[in-house]
Amino acid sequence: MKNIKVLGTGCANCKNTLKLIEEMAKEKGAEIQLEKVEDLQAIMGYGVMSTPGVVLDGKVVHAGGVPSRDKIAGWL
Amino acid sequence: MKKFIQNSPRAFLLIAAMLWFGLYKTLEPFSHVLVKALPLESGSHSYNALQFFFYDTPKVLLLLAGVVMVMGMINSYFTPERTRALLAGRREGVGNIMAALLGIVTPFCSCSAVPLFIGFVQAGVPLGVTFSFLISAPMVNEIALTLLFALFGWKIAALYLGLGLTIAILSGYIIGRLKMEAHLEDWVRNMPSVTATVEGDTLTLTDRIYAGFASVREIVGKVWPYVLAGIAIGAGIHGYVPQDFMAGLMGKEAGWWSVPLSVLIGVPMYANAAGIIPIVEALLAKGASLGTVLAFMMSVIALSLPEMVILRKVLKLRLIAVFVGVVATGIMLVGFIFNAVV
Repeated sequence: MKNIKVLGTGCANCKNTLKLIEEMAKEKGAEIQLEKVEDLQAIMGYGVMSTPGVVLDGKVVHAGGVPSRDKIAGWL
Repeated sequence: MKKFIQNSPRAFLLIAAMLWFGLYKTLEPFSHVLVKALPLESGSHSYNALQFFFYDTPKVLLLLAGVVMVMGMINSYFTPERTRALLAGRREGVGNIMAALLGIVTPFCSCSAVPLFIGFVQAGVPLGVTFSFLISAPMVNEIALTLLFALFGWKIAALYLGLGLTIAILSGYIIGRLKMEAHLEDWVRNMPSVTATVEGDTLTLTDRIYAGFASVREIVGKVWPYVLAGIAIGAGIHGYVPQDFMAGLMGKEAGWWSVPLSVLIGVPMYANAAGIIPIVEALLAKGASLGTVLAFMMSVIALSLPEMVILRKVLKLRLIAVFVGVVATGIMLVGFIFNAVV
């Protein structure tokens, strides 16, 4: 099972990112463990400067803006 | 189409630019034809209002789409990581000027302000230089400039650009001189410092074109209702509210206090650059003077209560107070200078 974390302090784009990943995982039937990281210190710990960021199994794979559907499909 | 963009991105850009220009040039004659077809008396009040509305709406939206497309492509060259690497270790002065300029071209979302702030400080960008970036990025942006240009002309847009940059550069410089590093929250100061590095850029021109498309979809999709509202106000309101409605409060005859009062009202308010334009349009149409309105607009965009609440997580109260104080003073000076000159 893949672990995906969405980093963001609660702006609209962060929520959209979370929703989009949830939707696409359901569509594809991929089993994922989705988490939302809102704590600023934790976000900075990943070295991400522009939110929303996405962490896949402990590695930052995306930062700054809602990821495209193609990109998300690649992760799942 | 996809294949064409993939294979010859340059040719696509050239053709798109020519189409855009041709379309832009046909807007005015087309709006004449359109309004003439309506059962209205030529030269009447509603005729003129509709003519203005039918010409200005597509004009502004087309301009906005063009500018956002180009900026979306430019943005793809200036990621926050690259900007940080450019600014790390810069001296104050030159650093402040670079930071303010980079603030225009680096993609920036107000929700990223704090992570960006920490990331900059962590990589050794001086505090004052970081502030120059943080002030310039939301205030001097392509949407505000395009709308000012389309609705009020290039002179006002250029003045806004010049004064916005000046405020960002000087405010950052002053904050840097005050040596307020001790007023960062402790956990920020204790974060391990990082070296600013940039990964090699692998984007092709085709990728950048798609990045431009994406920002057009996102930004124009979000701001068009505000643009319509602004133009509708410009076209319609003239006859219905007395022309000098705002003159006593924000006009030339109003006392010196009207500028500080506008800034005081504007600071806690928050709206993005597009949302404020309808208000600016209405205020100007009703006899408010330009300096007062610009000061109001800048204070709404550059400083806001929600932003302060977020910044409080990384800055101690005293530094926030200095930040607000210095920027608000700069904006007020702009208002006074404008009112005196124009």
